[in-house]
Amino acid sequence: MTRMSWFNTVSLTLGFAFLYIPIVILVIYSFNESKLVTVWAGFSTKWYGELLRNDAFLNAAWVTIKVAVVSSTFATVLGTMAAYVMVRGGRFFGRTLFSGMIYAPLVMPEVITGLSLLLLFIGIGLDRGVLTIILAHTTFSMCYVSVVVSSRLVTFDRSIEEAALDLGCTPSEAFRLVTLPIIAPAVISGWLLAFTLSLDDLVIASFTSGPAATTLPIKIFSAVRLGVSPEINALSTIMIAIVATGVITTSLISKRQVVRQRREEQEAERS
Amino acid sequence: MQRFFLVFIPYIWLVALFLIPFAMVLKIALSDIAIAIPPYVPKFDWAEGIRAFLAQLDLENFIWLTQDDLYWKAYISSLRIAVFSTLCTLLIGYPIAYAMARAPSEWRPTLMMLVILPFWTSFLIRVYAWMGILSNEGILNQFLLWTGVISDPLVILNTNTAVYIGIVYTYLPFMILPIYSALERLDTSLIEAAEDLGCSRISAFWLVTIPLSKTGIIAGSFLVFIPTLGEFVIPSLLGGSDTLMIGKVLWEEFFSNRDWPVASAVAVILLLLLVVPIVLFQRNQQKQQEAEQ
Repeated sequence: MTRMSWFNTVSLTLGFAFLYIPIVILVIYSFNESKLVTVWAGFSTKWYGELLRNDAFLNAAWVTIKVAVVSSTFATVLGTMAAYVMVRGGRFFGRTLFSGMIYAPLVMPEVITGLSLLLLFIGIGLDRGVLTIILAHTTFSMCYVSVVVSSRLVTFDRSIEEAALDLGCTPSEAFRLVTLPIIAPAVISGWLLAFTLSLDDLVIASFTSGPAATTLPIKIFSAVRLGVSPEINALSTIMIAIVATGVITTSLISKRQVVRQRREEQEAERS
Repeated sequence: MQRFFLVFIPYIWLVALFLIPFAMVLKIALSDIAIAIPPYVPKFDWAEGIRAFLAQLDLENFIWLTQDDLYWKAYISSLRIAVFSTLCTLLIGYPIAYAMARAPSEWRPTLMMLVILPFWTSFLIRVYAWMGILSNEGILNQFLLWTGVISDPLVILNTNTAVYIGIVYTYLPFMILPIYSALERLDTSLIEAAEDLGCSRISAFWLVTIPLSKTGIIAGSFLVFIPTLGEFVIPSLLGGSDTLMIGKVLWEEFFSNRDWPVASAVAVILLLLLVVPIVLFQRNQQKQQEAEQ
């Protein structure tokens, strides 16, 4: 590879500056002493303290995590089933409708998904709360999971599955012992995607939550509407730190796995 | 039997929580408003049958939408904002994707991760970050005043400019990634061949690189355009009271005016607007898949 041209260097530098400077500024100002976000008055961690004493935020955070864990787990199970059916299921009645229902939520504006689910919950007389947010989040994130998992299922060699069946596995054993370990990375990244989608979601949660259950994004949104506040900066910094650690760790782990796999393959070839 | 359950469970789930709610939006869009909770008069009684339903059906809410200026303006302005910000994202995203694809191959996984990382952090937080930058006493204005470029603070927050900045910023990764994956696959010897045959670098770029990355450009543009059209968070936090976007109108119709039938009618029309780009996007994806096989 030749040296990078100055044009490419400049566009990469400016591009990543644009992507990261706002986040860096947000983090810096979370350590600002002053209540005014725009005036720097010295280093302080007092807003983190305030945040930890703010019960409303802590409750909302707890609700959000509960919703995200439960909904992403359901979404992973349902999404993996849906992906398996789409890729391996062959023909069945209403297959076109099924694939349409999997892809449609991906492009549906959130306001419409939220509105339609709210109308359903009111129509069947379900009280809005944690349960309804979980149902809503499971529905839209299962579609993302199924897209991630089916892209893995498409590329994998089906003869391994068939070999297991020939050697006496029942279909469910073949799935558990052969298919699942192979698609596991996709299933895990599907779960992580569903989890972050649920953590992030403001619009659908606003439609489907009741007064009893407020999620963190709803809380942040109503605070932010009134203007910038250092407490929100502190909260954002914590969330960014968690996400960044998670993403970097998983990518390092998967990188190491790839390296190990390659080495094992090389050794296998040599012996 | 196992297979039956495998199909049946996700199927029923999606019918119950996607298809039926969707049908309810349509139904309520065709209902009259009434002061009640829920604030709509049901138009459809399953027992009454289809004929009675058709007799009752009225387009009152849709007619109402065409009569009130607000909705027309909101549709036009959403389209304009979506088209313009997609173009801006393309112009900013393409050079970045290009530079990534030309970077040394050992850098590329890191660069990819750096593009994806903001996507994992909360959307709301990323929009919020701009509020502190763009406000009248914000960091951008402080910086420009300090350098002496301007003498009075610029009003950016709560204008359409801020909305454009917010959209470009939050959707940039969606534009970069498909273009990058198209450019990375591109065989550089084709460009060298064009240059050997007498093309200048710039015309080789226009005649070879751009056409070969077309699928990436189209995919990226739709990935920005489609969600932008129904966007709510960005116009409500960064836009002003004169920023009209359908997503925001729908939200206000629903939460402030509590006019559910009109909100549903707005939703139906928003979807109709989206059908064309979605179908085009699907077709582009299919073509790409066929080309790969």
